[in-house]
Amino acid sequence: MSVGTVTTRARVGQYAALLAYVAFLGFPLLWLVATAFKSTQEIALGASGFLPEAPTLQNFGDAIRRADLVEAGWNSLRVAVASTILTTALAMPAAYGLARFKTFLRPVTLGWVLVSQVFPTILIIVPLFLILKQFDLVNNLVGLTIVYVVFTLPFALWMLIGFVANIPRELEEAAAVDGAGRLRILVSIVFPLLRPGVVATALFAFIAAWNEFLFALVLIQDPAKVTLPLTLSRFVGAEGQVQLGALAAASLLATIPSLIFFGLIQGRLTSGLLSGAVKG
Amino acid sequence: MTADLETRPPAPVEAPRTRRGAGGRDAWPLLLPALIPVAIFSVLPLLQGIYLGFTDSRAGLNQVTRFTGLENYGDLLDYDLFWTSFRIGLVWAVSVTFLQFATAMGLALLLHQNLRFGWLARILSLVPWAMPPVVVAITWRLMYDPNYGPVNGLLASLGLGGDTNLLGDFSTALPAAIVVGVWAGMPQTTIALLAGLQGIDESIHEAAAIDGAGVWRRFRHITLPQLRPVIVAITSLNFIWNINTFDLIYVLTNGGPGGRTMLPMLFAYNEAFRYGNFGVAAAMGNVMVLLIVGALVFYLRSRLKPAEE
Repeated sequence: MSVGTVTTRARVGQYAALLAYVAFLGFPLLWLVATAFKSTQEIALGASGFLPEAPTLQNFGDAIRRADLVEAGWNSLRVAVASTILTTALAMPAAYGLARFKTFLRPVTLGWVLVSQVFPTILIIVPLFLILKQFDLVNNLVGLTIVYVVFTLPFALWMLIGFVANIPRELEEAAAVDGAGRLRILVSIVFPLLRPGVVATALFAFIAAWNEFLFALVLIQDPAKVTLPLTLSRFVGAEGQVQLGALAAASLLATIPSLIFFGLIQGRLTSGLLSGAVKG
Repeated sequence: MTADLETRPPAPVEAPRTRRGAGGRDAWPLLLPALIPVAIFSVLPLLQGIYLGFTDSRAGLNQVTRFTGLENYGDLLDYDLFWTSFRIGLVWAVSVTFLQFATAMGLALLLHQNLRFGWLARILSLVPWAMPPVVVAITWRLMYDPNYGPVNGLLASLGLGGDTNLLGDFSTALPAAIVVGVWAGMPQTTIALLAGLQGIDESIHEAAAIDGAGVWRRFRHITLPQLRPVIVAITSLNFIWNINTFDLIYVLTNGGPGGRTMLPMLFAYNEAFRYGNFGVAAAMGNVMVLLIVGALVFYLRSRLKPAEE
């Protein structure tokens, strides 16, 4: 705090507390990383030291050679990319419409964002399963993509509306005076200015799809179509023979994409969250 | 539509913000491509789900679904396992939400001081947020592993036992899971509180400090009241998210041992997809909605009242 004098004792206490937080937050991550580089024997011996005695890449080889991991990664990637593109493409015009026009759909949409938080997924997932079954979309990556798009859209809109509202209206009006049609205004003025918001939305949609578990668990049964989180959870489920090293390596690999993308957007995610909350 | 910019009489403050063109219907072509899928694949299923809670719907072909009114709810009253699971869910959600708030508040205050190495804690506090929940659960299984994990060793060196399988023991499984829940959810709480702290006007603090208010008094009488909206919003959301937790626990303990960590969502999931009782599972969902909304109303009323004066 910039106010008042901070005694040395208080400073020491603050650093001790900060150290405790860093340890609590960071140690499990380091343990995951360290485990990924330990040999099977070292892990089996139990209570080993923190650092791997003889760092090895064997676990990564094991994890990748398990064909289902690569296949699951490929499935996850396709679903995440497809739902990112669709979410963004649908959210951009809709956010513009909601931000700029006075329509009853605006409070309806924003209300849905809140309502969808309160209702437990279990209420939605059973009928959703039955609906998708009618369209033959159960056990189908297209079906899963649709579900991800639909469940990412409300928050994506919530975030993007804030970005649209920050674009000066005068720019559009000037273009309209110069004779540009509505589509022209959208494509050559609004969308380029919206780029930071679109990037944030896209990365958010990717992470949401990449990390999602419950819908995939219910909607995908075919082993050839499972996504990464599903494969990882089955890895764990095979009790008794769990190869902790390979499990850690696979988990690490599965986390890298969302970690990178998250690093790119976290600032915007927070401000988007807050701007939505304030501007409603 | 731009011509009236010049001729428009001084309009009420509201109008120029959201008016352009004729309004309402012009926006539909922009909105419908996004809203129709949401309506079909999320609003419709939700309404059906609420309705299913009043039927005897079951999995399987050729199952005739009948409207049974409140029968499911009568049955649920006698379904002890459900209420046990519900109690566990409440203990879990309240403890995790409270501990998330308390730890996040502490960290946010520290980060607000611009300490050296604060950036490290800031980055670290973001990582669990980005991780897939399944990986969070796996990470903590490695931490708690009775043969390999470091947690038991730590507890032993503190003289607190250290030879139990923390996730497998009846008395320690839920507390151990709660620690994981706090770890996973603390980051976004911290970031929200930090953003709130940064929005507080420093001059109020300075004035109070000049008047001789100590650190603790300034925290209680300036920081907390100023943060109140952020605190209420984030704890409400955390409570909802926590009581609806599924994936973390599914991978961490799958409800075990002996149902000691059987959160209500997991219970309803098993009811629906293991035993095929769609109607009963949906009824459980409805009961949860009622109780969540009830808890929120109670919480929001008690929290927001003083602010409304």
